[in-house]
Amino acid sequence: MKVALLGGTKGIGRALGRLLSERGHSLCLLGRNLAELEASAQDMQVRAGEPRSVPIAACDLHHPDGFADALAAASDKLGGLDTVIVTAALFATQEELESNIALTRDLVTVNFANTVVFCEEARKRLLRAGGGTLCVVSSVAGERGRKPVIIYGASKAGLSAYLEGLDHKFRAAGLKTVCVKPGFVKTGMTAGMAPPPFAGEPEGVAQDILKGIERGTPVVYTPGIWRYVMLAIRNLPRFVMRRISF
Amino acid sequence: MLSGWGRLPRPGKEIFSEDLRALSRNAVLSRGLGRSYGDSALPPPGHLEVATTTMAERILAFDESTGVLRAEAGLSLRELNRIFLPRCWFPPVTPGTQFVTMGGMVAADVHGKNHHVDGTFGAHVKSLVLRVADGRIVECSPSSEAELFWATVGGMGLTGHILEVEFKMHPIPSPWIFEERLRLPDVDALVAALKDSAADWPFTVGWLDCLGGGRAILNRGRWAAKDEAPASTPKPLGQISVPFELPNWVLNRWSMRVFNALTYHARGNVKGLINPEAFFYPLDKLLHWNRIYGHRGFIQYQCVLPNAGGARAFLELLRKHRAAAFLCVIKDCAEQGQGLLSFPLPGISIALDLAVDENTQGIVDHLNEAVVADGGRIYLAKDAFTRAEHFEAMEPRLDAWKAVRQSWDPDLKIRSAQSVRVFGDPS
Repeated sequence: MKVALLGGTKGIGRALGRLLSERGHSLCLLGRNLAELEASAQDMQVRAGEPRSVPIAACDLHHPDGFADALAAASDKLGGLDTVIVTAALFATQEELESNIALTRDLVTVNFANTVVFCEEARKRLLRAGGGTLCVVSSVAGERGRKPVIIYGASKAGLSAYLEGLDHKFRAAGLKTVCVKPGFVKTGMTAGMAPPPFAGEPEGVAQDILKGIERGTPVVYTPGIWRYVMLAIRNLPRFVMRRISF
Repeated sequence: MLSGWGRLPRPGKEIFSEDLRALSRNAVLSRGLGRSYGDSALPPPGHLEVATTTMAERILAFDESTGVLRAEAGLSLRELNRIFLPRCWFPPVTPGTQFVTMGGMVAADVHGKNHHVDGTFGAHVKSLVLRVADGRIVECSPSSEAELFWATVGGMGLTGHILEVEFKMHPIPSPWIFEERLRLPDVDALVAALKDSAADWPFTVGWLDCLGGGRAILNRGRWAAKDEAPASTPKPLGQISVPFELPNWVLNRWSMRVFNALTYHARGNVKGLINPEAFFYPLDKLLHWNRIYGHRGFIQYQCVLPNAGGARAFLELLRKHRAAAFLCVIKDCAEQGQGLLSFPLPGISIALDLAVDENTQGIVDHLNEAVVADGGRIYLAKDAFTRAEHFEAMEPRLDAWKAVRQSWDPDLKIRSAQSVRVFGDPS
């Protein structure tokens, strides 16, 4: 595969980038901090073994004007693109968001509006090239309105709905959309929180995502058990949801 | 609560981040994978948080032509071996477990079965990046800020937060070990065999049955040559986990005797090829093996004695105090490293696992007095009970190390529970 990965410097994206390069796929890292991108690209290059370079290109989810150029740069460096992956997003706790309206605006804009715009650019580019895979990390937090993740969850709910529609419309044309819904994963993003049961490690999540991309699975729950946890949560009556703090 | 590998808990909490520079900014102490046995990686009284480095684990550079590798401090030895063993590169020095970080290997200046040939890990470190106590980020090496460098090698993370480590990997002829095991009657024969093997074998270690009259097994190995090794790469070994804390009574004198007898008869007098993972890290396949000791916890007491004859007297002292050591590992040590608090010195190293009970402090005191009298020293990475006055009496380099540390951290901002106990830091 020829993959552009937005968000490969940390957490799930880092683990996925390593896995892709160890498996011999061509990879271009997109992100906003060039020094961090360079360090992560080096890491993935060394892990890949044989001399292969992992190019980088600047792309900041805060600045939609740069999306098309970033994807064009990745495509130039890899000699084409057949897969675009987005693992980048913002996270903040519900308490932080409730007390900081600027942070709320920023998070909702980046996680929903700007991610959709990025995906639109990726969709057009992939379809022009005859198809491919667009894989985006959303969240189980978007499955149901829940007290601890109201705003973050809403941003991911919107993203998941967009990705589902995209998959319905364009799969026949050759564009597979893979919406990844991780449960709790032990990364820097969740470092301050106590891990619940079924918490995942980024390496295992990366393997699930790669399998999803290879099979073209429209929705990937990872770790897999979250499919059933969320099935239960989605079917809880409203009056029960109102009472529990989950 | 937080504890070292010996499971003696203290109030504490780990904080994590992929961004070590941010994480270390106001931290009182860094921690790796928590494999030091005692309180080396626990916060000093009055502090709760330690900065755990394990999410900062990128390989920042590797030069195929020289073997020089640079990594973030949280990279684990297990991951390093997973990547590099199939490519015929191995770290120059490895401790007895893979569950350690590069930063921890520098902080404890770890040694391995090849100490008599290659010295400690610190001897192969080219450069370190530290966040020192005043907040600056400093790169040090044997040629630049050399004092800070050698105070950090073996300095238990107290001279600054280790952010990056650069060291030289060793090329190996094949990813397999050729090993020999020999049964020996007692500790004197074991010590003699270790010394005899040193010239021809890069890796040597001895196992001793402290309860069953001192019978022993010498284990020696070398990298297999290309033409004697199989073409395949050794498969990563499976692991099983001790799922919960066993009751205290499970590990007692009698169960230990049975285990030791099985070990002696099952594992003696063999030779052949072996997976390096099984050779270097025999206990790693049992995850959470520290739970075997039960709720009481345990310590490993490790000392090095300059006289080869000291080992027998030391074990007799152990018997006199009725200390039941489940595991006893004996190693040959050569020249002292340049790290100011580096553990090994020329002689014999003895490591004992002891379950903790109300007599442990007394036993450690007696053992330490014997070590002081013999001119030896203890290994801080294993220690949980040594008194400051005993450590001072063992360590002629302590004042020099303290002076360097003081010059970089006059207010002693970076401290651990161990530094308060052993170095008299303010709590």
